[in-house]
This record gives sequence, C-alpha cells and structure tokens, in this order.
Amino acid sequence: MDTKKMAIIATKGTLDWAYPPFILASTAASLGWEVQVFFTFYGLQLLRKDLSGIKISPLANPAMPMPVPMPVLVQALPGMESMATMMMKNKMKSKGVASLEELRNVCIEADVKFIACQMTVDLFEFDKNDFIPQAEFGGAATFLGFAGDTNVCLYI
Amino acid sequence: MNFDKELDARGLACPLPIVKTRKALNELASGQVLKVTATDSGSLADMKAFSEQTGNELLSSTQEGGLYVFYLKRR
Repeated sequence: MDTKKMAIIATKGTLDWAYPPFILASTAASLGWEVQVFFTFYGLQLLRKDLSGIKISPLANPAMPMPVPMPVLVQALPGMESMATMMMKNKMKSKGVASLEELRNVCIEADVKFIACQMTVDLFEFDKNDFIPQAEFGGAATFLGFAGDTNVCLYI
Repeated sequence: MNFDKELDARGLACPLPIVKTRKALNELASGQVLKVTATDSGSLADMKAFSEQTGNELLSSTQEGGLYVFYLKRR
C-alpha cells in the first residue's frame, strides 16, 4: 500500500477553526498517512507553546448554539468572549472531545510536520521562542514542494 | 471472541477512538487481536474506514444499547 499524503493550510486562530486541521492531521497520521500542516496568518497562533489564548467568539457567528438567546450587542460586552470560550471548553470536555493540546501532541508523536509561515512571523513580529520547538519555518514554496505530491490538500 | 489487548474508548469523541486504536495496535504483534469498546456512534463508520485504510482486519463490529464493540486483527 502506497503511503498517502495530506497537506493542510491552517489560516484561522479561533477555537472552532483550530479543530479541523488538528483533527484531520491526527486522524490521517493514525491511518499511516504522511501529513504536513502549514500555519499562516492567524493560524500561526496554533503553534504557540501556550494555547490558552485560543478563544471562540460568538460575534458574527449566528450559527453558534447559545444556551439562551443573546442579542448581538450583549455578545459584544467585555468578558463575553472569555465566557463563551469557557462554556465551549467545558461542553467539549463533558462530551469527550479532545483538547487542542491533546490533538496537537498526537500529531507531534506521529511525526506530522508543522511549518510556520516565516512571512507571518516577520509581519506580526512574533518571537520564535513562543512557538513549539517542532515548528519549522518556511514559505509558500516549502508548502507547495510537499503539497504538489499529495492525495488530499485543504485550505482551512 | 479471544483478544490479546483491550482498549476502553468509552466517552471519547472523534477522532480519539481511532487515534487510540492506532496506538493500541502498534503495541501488538502481527496477527494479534485488539478489542475496542466505544460509545461514539460515528466510530461504527470510522472503524470500518480505518480498517480499510490501514489493512488491519475488522473481524467483528457490533452495537448494543449505545455501546460499540470492535475486534481488529493487527496487520
């Protein structure tokens, strides 16, 4: 059986958008696939050593289930983002959904390659020391070098 | 059915049952059997796909009262 390959571009840095790349990467790795994830723009936040800053925002997301109907103006109040994040994390835990850290660790153990976008690092003046040591740094050509030869290629 | 190792994946959601199944299978020798118990209803389809993708034979897949039991033979 030929080894299948998957390449993912992760561009979002909110809790809800953080899950798809890590779920797919960890699952594909479990299936024996070779996987690379390229983190760019806000997605780069997912490579931080500390993921506690990854939050969910109820704003501009009318599809997000709320325990009680909540007007948009209320959702915009200070502290609402942290509260929504806490509630979402608690719900996930109670339903047996893995934490981002857990899924990311599965990826690392399975040798999923994490590429951090060097341009984004420079643009936002990020400190490379804030990222996990497994992150490698590269650009579009690095991604395409791998992506050109994959079975599945996703932009998330 | 006889098995060599048992994995309790009850209460875990996608993709953890598959991820943990992979890890458990890695600890077995070729031909040995892993029993997996799960509560994730998606695991019914996922375990089949996992078996087809990885070549680890799904010997049995049963469902009883919200409990899913799988027997996989290590490739």
